[in-house]
Amino acid sequence: MTAVPVWAQLVYLACAVGFILALKGLSGPRTARTGNLVGAAAAVIACVVPFFYVDLDHVVLILVAIAVGTVGGVVGARRVQMTQMPQMVALFNGVGGGAAALVALLELHEILEQPGGVDVVGWFVLVATAFTIFVGSVSFAGSVITFAKLQELMSSAPLVFPGLAIVFGASLVAGVGLATQLALSPAMWVGIVLALVGLLFGALLVLPVGGADVPIVISLLNAFTGLTVAAGGYVLDNVVLLVAGTLVGASGTFLTLLMARAMGRSVSNILFGALKGGSTLGAGVASDRPVRSAGPEDVAIMLAYADRVIIVPGYGLAVAQAQHTLRELVDVLGERGAQVDYAIHPVAGRMPGHMNVLLAEAQVPYEQLKEMDDINGDFKDADVVLVVGANDVVNPAAKTTPGAPIYGMPILNADEAKQVVFMKRSMRPGFAGIENELLFEDNTTLLFGDAKDSMGKLLNAVKAL
Amino acid sequence: MNDAVVWLTIFVLSVFVGIEVIAKVSSTLHTPLMSGANAIHGIILLGAILVTGTTENTLALVVGLVAIVLAAVNMVGGFVVTDRMLQMFVRRKRPAKVEPGATEGGVR
Repeated sequence: MTAVPVWAQLVYLACAVGFILALKGLSGPRTARTGNLVGAAAAVIACVVPFFYVDLDHVVLILVAIAVGTVGGVVGARRVQMTQMPQMVALFNGVGGGAAALVALLELHEILEQPGGVDVVGWFVLVATAFTIFVGSVSFAGSVITFAKLQELMSSAPLVFPGLAIVFGASLVAGVGLATQLALSPAMWVGIVLALVGLLFGALLVLPVGGADVPIVISLLNAFTGLTVAAGGYVLDNVVLLVAGTLVGASGTFLTLLMARAMGRSVSNILFGALKGGSTLGAGVASDRPVRSAGPEDVAIMLAYADRVIIVPGYGLAVAQAQHTLRELVDVLGERGAQVDYAIHPVAGRMPGHMNVLLAEAQVPYEQLKEMDDINGDFKDADVVLVVGANDVVNPAAKTTPGAPIYGMPILNADEAKQVVFMKRSMRPGFAGIENELLFEDNTTLLFGDAKDSMGKLLNAVKAL
Repeated sequence: MNDAVVWLTIFVLSVFVGIEVIAKVSSTLHTPLMSGANAIHGIILLGAILVTGTTENTLALVVGLVAIVLAAVNMVGGFVVTDRMLQMFVRRKRPAKVEPGATEGGVR
């Protein structure tokens, strides 16, 4: 490979700094958008540089491929609904991991072809190559399964079959064995088999993870892909790949731990809980126990004469696209003199921070969005808590039922309020697939129907009072 | 200094920087941050360009082009989608304005 001229090395350095500033910017609300743009600029510049110092062949084909990918990425990113953001991120992450694995396979091919063969590169480069091939494939397969689960192309419940733990273990052992083989006596077939084993391992890693935990897995796979890219940078002798990949790997791992803490779960529990046979409560069937249901007019009266109302929004709200109507309802209640806030659980929606994005899209004033720790003390004074399309985040089983998939997750104390109203489509349990005892309490009322439809009726009923 | 040690040094320092810069992120920004970091590793596009542009084997060329397409989707799509998410945060101060494109057809 061509030696990198000094000017190019300096540009790469500037790009690496750009990525650091991008991550720094992304972690603060005011700087986030600028941070993202800085990152994008650094990435584009870094990708333009090789055209000026490497004697590249197939330039036209390369440019066409870039154009195809760019169009695909932009169209996907523009078209995706905000509610489907988690699976979009999973998909983008997967293709990145897949690309890294392919790059490493090509580099292996290159190493084997070059004069002098394998002896020119050290065994360490081969280990890094093996790592990139394997983990990149894991990331690809894992992300695709994650996408399928979130997009509901397949069941989001934990999928476990007898012997899964054994196959899982065997594929890991095979992966390590093949990687060792690749480092000691490299051959193309070893790399290809390693990639296939990686695909198997990635799929098996994600299948047993239940729907509610999937976001954590996306974040973890994101970190994996970062490390893959870093190893790829070492193999290709390219410092900007190393730095960018490592930054993503490190911050992604840390972010995964932060998210897991917000859900009160440990990462190992999320990944291997189902393997240990822990979360069997996820039956996912509708209960036929008696509940108290009411019409929109009854709920309207409860809301209209309440002084303190807390809204608990969930993913169902966003799916029904009812957030705009909800905001109108809150405005009307506010005009009538009630104090209304939104209680945002850290994992409301399907990813941490997802609900904030969705409500911001509906122009809900930022001051009304209260984080869990700030509002949990207020529930006991609330006259009515309106739970819209949420379930698991107010499920007392998280506090009371050891063994429940969500046990230990901090929840919103909706059960302390004087009245609780659930707007639900059906009695189907939430994403975690467990029954919510709160639904059967005496002070709980259910308003069945599509969230947007019921919300519209509720709004009209309140206005009419 | 040994070459490999230089790389190791860069790696270790980058790990600390990566953790340090995002240590204080609020949970509100977890999703955009994850998405932005996701876009950054799309820089593998650079690697894909390098290997594809220097290969002479036809099969390798095809595989390389596939890798370029995938990496470009990751990088470009990642940054665009992150920007879309962050726009929502910036616009919240303005008076209510319903954007038709963002709200239609969301019901599956």
